Amino acid sequence: MSWMDKILPAGIGQSAGERVNVPEGLWHKCVKCEAILYRPDLENNQHVCPKCDHHMRIRARERLSNFLDNEASREILSEIEPVDQLKFKDKRRYRDRISGAQKITGERDALVAMEGSLKGMPVVCTAFEFDFLGGSMGYAVGEKFTCAAQLSLSTGVPFICFSASGGARMQEALISLMQMAKTSAVIEKLHQASVPYISVMTDPIYGGVSASLALLGDINIAEPDARAGFAGPNVIEQTIREKLPKGFQRSEFLLEHGALDMIVHRKDLRDTISRLLSKLSGDNWAKERDQLSEFNDESIRPRVLPPEESIDFSDS
Amino acid sequence: MNPNYLDFEQPIAELEVKIEELTNVGSEADMDISQEIETLKQKSKRLTEKIFSNLSPWDVVRIARHPLRPHAIDYINEIFSEFDELHGDRHFGDDKAIIGGVARLEGSPVMVIGQEKGRAVKEKVHRNFGMPKPEGYRKALRLMELAERFHMPIITLIDTPGAFPGIDSEERGISEAIAKNLAVMSRLKTPIICVVVGEGSSGGALGIGVGDHLAMLQYSTYFVISPEGCANIIWKSSDYSAEAAKAMGVTSTVLEELNLVDATIQEPLGGAHRDMRQIVASVKAHILDQLKDLSSLTTEDLLDRRYTRLMSYGGQ
Repeated sequence: MSWMDKILPAGIGQSAGERVNVPEGLWHKCVKCEAILYRPDLENNQHVCPKCDHHMRIRARERLSNFLDNEASREILSEIEPVDQLKFKDKRRYRDRISGAQKITGERDALVAMEGSLKGMPVVCTAFEFDFLGGSMGYAVGEKFTCAAQLSLSTGVPFICFSASGGARMQEALISLMQMAKTSAVIEKLHQASVPYISVMTDPIYGGVSASLALLGDINIAEPDARAGFAGPNVIEQTIREKLPKGFQRSEFLLEHGALDMIVHRKDLRDTISRLLSKLSGDNWAKERDQLSEFNDESIRPRVLPPEESIDFSDS
Repeated sequence: MNPNYLDFEQPIAELEVKIEELTNVGSEADMDISQEIETLKQKSKRLTEKIFSNLSPWDVVRIARHPLRPHAIDYINEIFSEFDELHGDRHFGDDKAIIGGVARLEGSPVMVIGQEKGRAVKEKVHRNFGMPKPEGYRKALRLMELAERFHMPIITLIDTPGAFPGIDSEERGISEAIAKNLAVMSRLKTPIICVVVGEGSSGGALGIGVGDHLAMLQYSTYFVISPEGCANIIWKSSDYSAEAAKAMGVTSTVLEELNLVDATIQEPLGGAHRDMRQIVASVKAHILDQLKDLSSLTTEDLLDRRYTRLMSYGGQ
């Protein structure tokens, strides 16, 4: 027995062969400030570092359950599955990559869709699962996004998407590219029908997802310090042979250059989005107009010039 | 090595040089060697047939980027008359990588928009190698909306190595510019015909590629990521570009089977660059045919058809 063991109270020091089992992953190191964080605390804080506010990646399901009202949400379109139409094979078969990703994530593909409510307001909400092949968009993601948006369109319920994606899925080649056209077309339908679409960009958003559904929101929101852009930083550096400026392609950069409406802290997303949606989707003015007309007060009605009062621009 | 011919074209190049020499000798020396010339021509034809009947997807990609291949500007000059080029996006500048303007096709006004790579070094730089920046896509959108207002069909000619990956591109919102085009093109109330004449690279191509009819030239290519890019990601080396091209299915044969491309326009023997007049005639005839069909539809049917088509992408 060493002198150290002698002075420690019983149960504290450990002798060989009698190590205390620390459950796997109970502690998490923040990649930004390197603080060691207790995982349950981190989960309670929606995976935002309590020390430096770094927004860590969050699983799609956890994201949705944090965001939506607990009691009212229900998963939709879970039957949509990835298809390997090209029988794509590189070093591994695409089929094997899919089943590997399915095992790791427990998801069928990289998008989860739910019907639910946000502070009592019905919404349709989708979230990208980045851990599923980098949140890449192939047929299944495009199809699920489109069907969920169609549901919004037919019910007039606001549509929200949390995106996190490396872009189009290479292994579905041009099928993936065409999902950009498909998702953009359905968003345009929402716009034309005045059904609100809120896009929330979370780290990272690149390529085909950035150049379609992520930047087409009626309101574009990003989490702080999220990376977002069309071309990856390496590609840009190789093309222009210059070092990229600090903060390039971060949310703050996008806000500064006019691509975003706002940057919102994860803990404020529920409040902010529900506040925005209630302004966008309520037919408040119509109600107000009706109430006003009951008072029949001429002074607050828009005044239309009667013909005799209209100004004559002719030369006479 | 003749730099204007690809490696697999070199035997053809040698024969062609011989034919040209003999033709010159014949006319100078006043000898009748037409028999020999005819034999050589037949030989060259058989050789070309043999080489071109056995092209790999990667060979097709290289023909699509052939130094002598006709460009958008050539098709615009040869197919249309009275082309009046229109410049600028009205916000930032005029992108030389996208050419657009009003013209006549067999007498009827059309809007034609094409991506131009440039041919000589100086012109390539002027055109930014056919890599449009946000202002290019915004100019295209402005012209397409103009076409809608004045009831002109839109014809787009796709030939780009991709949207420009640079700092300025990102600052001015390249993702948003492309996304916006995808959304708006899905509902423009005028027929849109898109033809991939060379290289259709990813979102940069799709940004002017959403419409009622998508045709590809026989030796053109359309992909979500360049074979070099795909090889770099998967095999960590662009030496595997040929494998990547094969796996992704970058030719019209595969893409038509996947129902992503509507038609293939046959090219002359040896590729479009071997007989400019023939390819121009084929492309023109194809566009006229399609326009005839599309203009018989009511606007409502046209848009329904386009939307249904977009929604079907990737479904089996």
